Amino acid sequence: MLSVKHLLGIKELTVKDIEQIFKTADNFKQVLQRPIKKVPTLRDTTVANIFFENSTRTRLSFELAEKRLGADVVNFSASGSSVSKGETLIDTVNNILAMKVDMVVMRHAASGAPWFLANHIDASIVNAGDGTNEHPTQALLDAYSMREKLGSLKGKRITIIGDIMHSRVALSNIFCLNKLGGEVTVAGPPTLIPKHIESLGVRVEYNVKKALEWCDVANVLRIQLERQHKPLFSTLREYSIYYGVNRDMIDSLKKDIIIMHPGPINRGVELNSDVADSRQSIILDQVENGVAIRMAVIYLLSGKREVE
Amino acid sequence: MKIVILVKTLLNSDKLNITLQRLAHQLVENHLSFKDTVLIGIQPRGILLSDRIFQLVQTITGNKKIGYGRLDITFYRDDVQSRDIQVPTDTDIPFSIEGKSVVLIDDVLHTGRTIRSAMDALIDYGRPKRVELLVLIDRRFSRELPVQPDYTGHSVDTILTQKVKVYWSEKDGKDEVVLIDKV
Repeated sequence: MLSVKHLLGIKELTVKDIEQIFKTADNFKQVLQRPIKKVPTLRDTTVANIFFENSTRTRLSFELAEKRLGADVVNFSASGSSVSKGETLIDTVNNILAMKVDMVVMRHAASGAPWFLANHIDASIVNAGDGTNEHPTQALLDAYSMREKLGSLKGKRITIIGDIMHSRVALSNIFCLNKLGGEVTVAGPPTLIPKHIESLGVRVEYNVKKALEWCDVANVLRIQLERQHKPLFSTLREYSIYYGVNRDMIDSLKKDIIIMHPGPINRGVELNSDVADSRQSIILDQVENGVAIRMAVIYLLSGKREVE
Repeated sequence: MKIVILVKTLLNSDKLNITLQRLAHQLVENHLSFKDTVLIGIQPRGILLSDRIFQLVQTITGNKKIGYGRLDITFYRDDVQSRDIQVPTDTDIPFSIEGKSVVLIDDVLHTGRTIRSAMDALIDYGRPKRVELLVLIDRRFSRELPVQPDYTGHSVDTILTQKVKVYWSEKDGKDEVVLIDKV
């Protein structure tokens, strides 16, 4: 049983919670490898996936996870909804809950939106990404995938490369890896690395090559042009030359490192195809593990709870 | 505060041993060489029984290739929302059960709900030819579902507040089955 009622951020989770999610995900991974990839555990539960922001992987992954737990699923996306008529977040969610929905999976462009919602509704909330803050299930599946390759993450070195400033994946990953005993370096152009990020217990490196030489795992992040409201680097081509990860760079390292990317990839910008599709890349394992991790999170949050 | 009292000892170490021997022989009598029969223990406590039965059957038949698996039924329970979330244990069935005779093994048969879940879980791994049930202790007249064992170690009449505890030397330091009550 988790120590939290909602999965809002990795920040609130204990190491024990994370271990329990991983342990449960192991079991669900087993289920997903059977001919019948489904269990009836949550057949009395209805989950609403409320997405105020675009998503392919996360939304599909959540929906599959819910369906494979036997839950009923309703999907909601902000475009084409009454949100454009001016309905507030609480009203929208309360209306969905009035239709007897038990759990809410939400992605929102505003950082902190799930915390705000958690104060106003009774149902359990799973944060599927809030603005530039957290994306807990992504961090869990990233750590789970690393652990699958490396065993324990204690003392392992992970470099997170790219748009750290606008990335909720980066922040959740930092929290998660720190809790599991990993060492983290963030790398990228100075304009995309927030000031004082060292206070989170990470190293900062502006030279991608050096950062790669240091690490066991490189988690390459997407350049989030949609969140960059002012120019933070001159051109994508220049970014690619100085901060993109390519084959030559990987081959020049003295060791084999693991390459990860949360998707969607801007091929040829932050990550070249000859790296993304190489045997060192575990990008598709990440996607596969995502379903098992989300099944574990939803399952562990679905039990009976004491009324506070 | 509730006090746990020992109502009686159902099986001591010697009797437990004899019972296990009998159950294993009964299995062999019905399945001979275990060519198309596999044993599946139900996690977590049924495993301790099925480990013993598996060893005995191997010794009796001399067949070292009998299929033996462990089944976790956590995700198939019908009471997920009404009780604390259970952390699952591993399912390990390293063979196909398609067309096989399966002997499900659990330590105590009470309401029958665990076995219902186990059958649902089992069917998701394939279509067995037939499924049998072996239990060490059958708590008679307390069934909530129409489930009956094919092989029974020991039958006992109990009331709802009572509980059957099965101890195994591997885990609990002693071989013993007791009936307890909380008053």
